[in-house]
Amino acid sequence: MHDRSAKLAAKGVVIEYWLHRSHSLFTAVQGVDMEVRPGEFLAIVGPSGCGKTTFLNAVDGLIPIAGGSLTLDGRDITKPGPDRAMVFQQPGLLPWRTVLGNVIFGVEAQGSMSKSEAIARATQQIELVGLKGFEDAYPLELSGGMQQRVNLARALLTDPEMLLLDEPFAALDAQTREMMQLELLKIWSQTRKTALFITHDIKEAIYLADRVIVFTRRPGRVKEELEIKLSRPRDLRVKRDPQFLTYEDQIWESIQEELAVPAERLIAGIPAA
Amino acid sequence: MSIKEADRVLPVTAGASDPTRERRSVMRPSRFKQYEPVVIGTLSVVLALAVWQLVANARIWSVLFVPGPWDVAQAFVKLFQTGDIWLDIGTSGAEIGIGYGMAVVAGLALGLLMGWYTRFQYALDPFVNFFYSTPRIVLIPLFILWFGIEMQPKIAVIFLGALFPIIINTMAGVRNTEAALLRVARSFGASDALIFRRVVLPGSVPFILTGFRLGVGHALTGVVVGELIAAKHGVGQLIAIAGQTFQTPKMLAGVILIAGTGMLLTTILQRVENRFQSWRPQIR
Repeated sequence: MHDRSAKLAAKGVVIEYWLHRSHSLFTAVQGVDMEVRPGEFLAIVGPSGCGKTTFLNAVDGLIPIAGGSLTLDGRDITKPGPDRAMVFQQPGLLPWRTVLGNVIFGVEAQGSMSKSEAIARATQQIELVGLKGFEDAYPLELSGGMQQRVNLARALLTDPEMLLLDEPFAALDAQTREMMQLELLKIWSQTRKTALFITHDIKEAIYLADRVIVFTRRPGRVKEELEIKLSRPRDLRVKRDPQFLTYEDQIWESIQEELAVPAERLIAGIPAA
Repeated sequence: MSIKEADRVLPVTAGASDPTRERRSVMRPSRFKQYEPVVIGTLSVVLALAVWQLVANARIWSVLFVPGPWDVAQAFVKLFQTGDIWLDIGTSGAEIGIGYGMAVVAGLALGLLMGWYTRFQYALDPFVNFFYSTPRIVLIPLFILWFGIEMQPKIAVIFLGALFPIIINTMAGVRNTEAALLRVARSFGASDALIFRRVVLPGSVPFILTGFRLGVGHALTGVVVGELIAAKHGVGQLIAIAGQTFQTPKMLAGVILIAGTGMLLTTILQRVENRFQSWRPQIR
């Protein structure tokens, strides 16, 4: 039934939720078909509010799907599991715990590791994300970029099969963001974990991913898929590669089309589907 | 450097900085700055006492109406010389200890349950709101009717006084758990028990301690007013009798004893609160 070669397979995924304020059913995602191959870095871009984050939350198992199927290694996703780990847009660190305490929180919640093992491995993980020497610092003493490193380390320590990243660098300043992208590429090339990365930043998607999927505006569907055939390892120079710019134009236009749709429909008097 | 000199625009030369210029931003705070709150606070208290003493010394009104601080201090010393005071302190202390202790245990338990289980909150909210908006002091006559004039009615009123601020603050602490933290915990598959112990409870500590601190105030009010109305022993009763027998300095000595106890307990809880907040960066 499902493609054996896929790590994550989504078929006709529909996600709805109830809006309490207006007492109406809200369709965030309508019929998403896509696959993530093992070891692949896939990025989803789309206009804001297109349901890409909602889709990622469903992949994590935080929200249920209303229709279609969503499988990881052929098994239906119904709840969060140790095979997936999320890097959140807001770091979500426990302010009363040190960096070390926050990094071990993921495995502690899963109950998958003894405390001494967790601490030993967390120390390595902290070094990997470039926070050596900050083990005993509290989150409020860290910059936004450093907090996101903790967020990343916490996910990596659980050693998931699939890493889910929800616009992790969106709240960072431009310079820090570029640095974090580079670091993420470095870390990813060492671990080669299957990664699903959500962003609204087209350049970021092309720079990081093997493949970029463009979502339509809400309710989100897959509009376009693009293989990014840029050689790895990539550094910042790749962003000026002619091929990179071609990809960027193509995705930009694709998104522009989506942004234009509602206005035209309004003029034509057709209610938004 | 005078104000005039400081106003003068100094030439800015690139590279070499003028060593005579003050660099305020990197200056170490002076010793005085560090002790400023204590120094200024002490000075203002001393000043107030001096004014009070002067007014009292003028003897426009008799000692009965306006005793000076010195009269009060003498009465205070005399209280401890005769030794009777210890029975009063012991009685009031026991009432507060038992009543407040029970309020802490019950308030914490109820507050956590009400914060965690929404339905439990729905069930108890009417009662909590009713009692919280009623001055519990007014129930003393009823408690005297039920329990007599020994320690029990005071314990009951202290308990009810301290209970509700503790419940309400504890509940608010649980309710105020950041949604982002809950999402992270759920995403990593944390059990409800783990979320409660590792996320909700530590996050509620500042709220809980604030509830404890507010509870101290209510407990002290409860013990004094309770003893004013009916008691065999206690600091509140000492105040009542001294007041009724025109021993104003002695009465005020009792008031100071109560106020001092309140300040001491509040300071201790404030210290505990600060200890739990060591992760918060210093503002100054």
